Amino acid sequence: MAEIELHGTWPSPYSYRVLWALKLKGIPYEYVEEDLFNKSPLLLQYNPVYKKIPVLVHGGKPICESVIILQYLDETWPQNPLLPSDPYERAVARFWIKFIEDKGPSVWVVHRTSGEEQEKAVKDTLEMLKTIEEQALGGKKYFGGDKIGMVDIAYGVIAHWLEVVEEVVGIKMLEPYKFPRLHAWTKNFKEAPIIVDNLPDRDEMLVYFKQAREKLLASA
Amino acid sequence: MAEEVILLDFWSSPFGMRVRIALAEKGVKYEYREEDLRNKSPLLLQMNPVHKKIPVLIHNGKPICESLIAVQYVDEVWKDKSPLLPSDPYLRAQARFWADFIDKKIYDIGRKIWTTKGDEQEAAKKEFIEALKLLEGELGNKPYFGGESMGYVDVALIPFYSWFYAYETCGNFSIEPECPVLIAWAKRCLQKESVSKSLPDPQKVYEFVLVLKKKFGIE
Repeated sequence: MAEIELHGTWPSPYSYRVLWALKLKGIPYEYVEEDLFNKSPLLLQYNPVYKKIPVLVHGGKPICESVIILQYLDETWPQNPLLPSDPYERAVARFWIKFIEDKGPSVWVVHRTSGEEQEKAVKDTLEMLKTIEEQALGGKKYFGGDKIGMVDIAYGVIAHWLEVVEEVVGIKMLEPYKFPRLHAWTKNFKEAPIIVDNLPDRDEMLVYFKQAREKLLASA
Repeated sequence: MAEEVILLDFWSSPFGMRVRIALAEKGVKYEYREEDLRNKSPLLLQMNPVHKKIPVLIHNGKPICESLIAVQYVDEVWKDKSPLLPSDPYLRAQARFWADFIDKKIYDIGRKIWTTKGDEQEAAKKEFIEALKLLEGELGNKPYFGGESMGYVDVALIPFYSWFYAYETCGNFSIEPECPVLIAWAKRCLQKESVSKSLPDPQKVYEFVLVLKKKFGIE
């Protein structure tokens, strides 16, 4: 049994959060691809409460919820710290991580709905992007300052998955002229060391999320 | 060094109660300011421009928003007394998991109990008891979620106990027969001054819920 196992799925931004943290810290791990339509008994045993990925298993002990896993990794492997050392700045970082956890799901609502429901979700997403643009980033290259931190990792969904959803549904939300800072950040993030070599293939994602949307709309 | 600690809060908010308890556990002197949520103060709007919500902890002029973030901040700054999070990273992850579970489930499902009726209310009651039973399982036979002393999960959950009477009365059900271990835990927590001084009278919470129901036109 490998010391560290990451149970995830290839199109999941939550899975990628953990993968990026593992690689940024140089932590060796074994990756296990889960089939969400046929969940393994092991996954159900490791995450009985939510039955979701990602799950990190360290020495046989499971940790669930991507943001909790990120903090666990940061506390257990302190090299290349992902959170600031100052308690106040740490509280600010945690605030912005909670913000994307609370508001980010509107992107998935845009992906899986149409009509009025989708219109509202687009509005919610635009409001979220506006708040991030105006209040979260400041003039910094990354949310973490000069280096990628936990907030950048949490916001990875905006950098790489939002544009896929935009193309699948045919609605542009993160327009460069409306959100110049955020747009610049998405480029900086995707070109950063480690991240640049660890992004799911865009064409494969387009196929996957197009098919997923069709399935979800059909079953709605 | 002069420390200025202000808490912007609302008396019946379980989220505000969490921060009150944490500050009391650490023996921190602070100024409590009651907000009128229908007429929010300029200070609140300035200190929490993103959400405009309480609680907001203000430490030497700098705001910390979101109750669990404020509790962690208090735990880290006043670290010499009554640690709330364990020192072991795996146990910390477990504590964060259950506090997050409480955040995801208890408030929203509890709210459904007093804002709905019929089938919707029955479903909410069932879900609520299920969530409490999961928490009971996590408590096991420990005196507190934190072990021998109150910890992060205890602080996250105990404020909702002040709302149980309101949920039970509005939903016409009783929690104790379903979750006796959890109720025993709650009463144990209330023995502590940091908790008893931070929680409002459940009867007052129920009366407040009745006012809200009337205001929102809920029967």
